Amino acid sequence: MLTRATVASVEAGEPAVAASGLDPESRAWLDALRGQGAEREAAVARLRELLLRAARFELSRRRAQLAHLRTVDADDLAEQAADDACMSVLRRLDDFRGASRFTTWAYKFGLYEAATRVRRLAWRDREIPLEPEAWAVLPDRASPQSDAEQTELLAVVQDGIASALTPHQREVLVALALNGVPIDVLAERLATTRGALYKTLHDARRKLRAHVAERGLATT
Amino acid sequence: MSDILARLLGPGEPELGCDECFERLDEYVELELGGVAADEAVPGMRAHLAGCPACAEEHESLVALCAGEKEGGRA
Repeated sequence: MLTRATVASVEAGEPAVAASGLDPESRAWLDALRGQGAEREAAVARLRELLLRAARFELSRRRAQLAHLRTVDADDLAEQAADDACMSVLRRLDDFRGASRFTTWAYKFGLYEAATRVRRLAWRDREIPLEPEAWAVLPDRASPQSDAEQTELLAVVQDGIASALTPHQREVLVALALNGVPIDVLAERLATTRGALYKTLHDARRKLRAHVAERGLATT
Repeated sequence: MSDILARLLGPGEPELGCDECFERLDEYVELELGGVAADEAVPGMRAHLAGCPACAEEHESLVALCAGEKEGGRA
């Protein structure tokens, strides 16, 4: 039997594949969120509650990152994260293919929005160290326990940072891998995306590994 | 390998990007919690989580949230 929500989905041109193979609970979520009127409003409200739970969960886990800030309204932060996550979920509803339960799929949006906010807030008033010279102090950062092989490897990596990378790759590698700048924070400051930055980091690491291999050293 | 070398050189094996990681994180976490071979089902995820602290944080949180709900009996 076709429910009212199912009929509405079919009429809306929903791909058949999206409706097949879902567990009953996930199907009910999709049907309700694609429904109309009071049914949809109630489903959106339940979705927002679910996302607020995820956002609060993430904020409670990352509270220590915000300890240096004098005033943080955690409730407001969670509400903002839940609002943005709710919009993302509703906008991307067609992307849900049932690889997990709907609630697990939705949770990741709530966690992501909250985690990103925490990282950005934690670095709000901090200068982003982008100095390309930072790699020059690498050997001093090696632990006292470093054996000769590690020290040699570190020196070759240091040389690779100086000679094998582009200025942009060097800047990104230093900020992310050496100075611990969160990738979301750097993405915001450089007006780019997390995915694009990670690609740059990945390329830089690949070049460094090749540089090390060319000199006959193992990296494992 | 020291921590600093690990951060500089990364996982050194094929890995997903951040966008693909986000796309498949829910699937991966449910497989992990279900005791299924998640790394075989989602190749490159484990390496990415080793190389990307932000995605690793979000992965840990989703595992913890879902595991807690499973224990608490909430669907």
